[in-house]
Amino acid sequence: MHKEPVTDFATDWDHTDPQWVNNPYPIWDDLRERCPVAHTERYGGGWFPTTHEMIAEIANDTEHFTSRQVVIVHNKNPELMPPAPIGGAPPITSDPPFHQIARRLILPAFAPGPVRALEDQVRALCAKHLDALTGETRFDAGARFARYISPGVISRMLGFPEADEDQFRDFVHLVLDLIDLPTEERIPLFAPMTDYFDQQIADHVAHPRDDFTSYLLNVEIDGQKLSPEHVRGTMVLTLVAGIDTTWSAIGSAIWHLAQHPEDLARLVNEPDLMPVAVEEFLRFYAPVTMARLVKEDMEFHGHDFKANDWVLLGFPAANRDPAVFKDADQFIIDRAINRHAAFGLGIHRCAGSNLARMELRVAIEEFIARFPRFTLDEDEPVTWAPGQVRGPRAIPLRVL
Amino acid sequence: MKVVIDADLCQGQGRCFSIAPNVFGFDDLGNGVVLGDGTLTSETLKLAQLAMANCPEHAIFIEDDE
Repeated sequence: MHKEPVTDFATDWDHTDPQWVNNPYPIWDDLRERCPVAHTERYGGGWFPTTHEMIAEIANDTEHFTSRQVVIVHNKNPELMPPAPIGGAPPITSDPPFHQIARRLILPAFAPGPVRALEDQVRALCAKHLDALTGETRFDAGARFARYISPGVISRMLGFPEADEDQFRDFVHLVLDLIDLPTEERIPLFAPMTDYFDQQIADHVAHPRDDFTSYLLNVEIDGQKLSPEHVRGTMVLTLVAGIDTTWSAIGSAIWHLAQHPEDLARLVNEPDLMPVAVEEFLRFYAPVTMARLVKEDMEFHGHDFKANDWVLLGFPAANRDPAVFKDADQFIIDRAINRHAAFGLGIHRCAGSNLARMELRVAIEEFIARFPRFTLDEDEPVTWAPGQVRGPRAIPLRVL
Repeated sequence: MKVVIDADLCQGQGRCFSIAPNVFGFDDLGNGVVLGDGTLTSETLKLAQLAMANCPEHAIFIEDDE
């Protein structure tokens, strides 16, 4: 779809504009100094605050901002199934007080203990895809490695066939990337995804097993099983939020290391540095921005927010705010004080953060163990995913 | 010196028990909890301070003895 390119992000921002997609950081730094709340009439009207303080303020204010829709699209759908405060993909689309109930159901599956139990599986998955690269000296680390890790983990968690992974990436593409399609073109595209999840649910009802889907089908709130819409919504959330995000984080880390041999060498030589480095990868290349809707007309730091305006919470922009981070625009691999907001702030903190962190750490550990020296292949382009989850898709490398 | 986590502020970001596993643990939801009564030694104080400085929710507090 043809759109006017953005000439001033302060008054007309668009997170799908090629300039933003390719390198948003200078835009955000400029807005932070100049505005610091940017506005747009696109998508039916919205705001983009750029300071850590304001982003935290909105993330923690569930009284004035609803999570009913967290992905900016051209329609603000008042007829969600299930309706507010549950929303289409609980708990990310839920508001209090239901939010906490829905969230408590899923958190134990993503707590540190269960996540640790998955580490060997993730390592084996990484090894499988790295084995396939043995002997190659030029390859696309996005297409050949980064994109396989999280779908492999999530499909096993949900109990979906691994062979269906290509479809999962299509679903993610639909939910997160094709946001710019007109509503009448976008809605019908959801039918195959809904059908797929309904088939998986039916299969799990007929053949229960020890996985997250069977857990959701059997768990109860006040003695009542979850509605089919709730089960499906949480499954969609797990799949969509679990794939693109971590894939982007792994890709960004590899892209960084390809351009910073000194950081790569330190990680190869000082494996104990990895947990600290992971937090800096998360700060510097935080992939995820999340939206809210304004509940009722209100004033926000001098701006007239109208009911149903979008607010895009730029956690990656918060992570570059010099008011909170010393040398915010510098990647410091051993940064000891790093209060980043990559997983969001407040009650909607990414439920899968422990899993994501583990996948990122293990993927990088395994990758650099096989390829301790590599650089970007300047002959091929790096491409970036557009929209609210940003990360490199094509990462052309040369092994040194 | 004693360390405490404000359970109303903690959102389970998971930084404290990674940075200072001898001072903090986690509950079945993944929220941070203080191990034991939170009394800090000169060694654990530094780690607790580092965890406090890294908590995105500002949920960790170190209290002076009365």
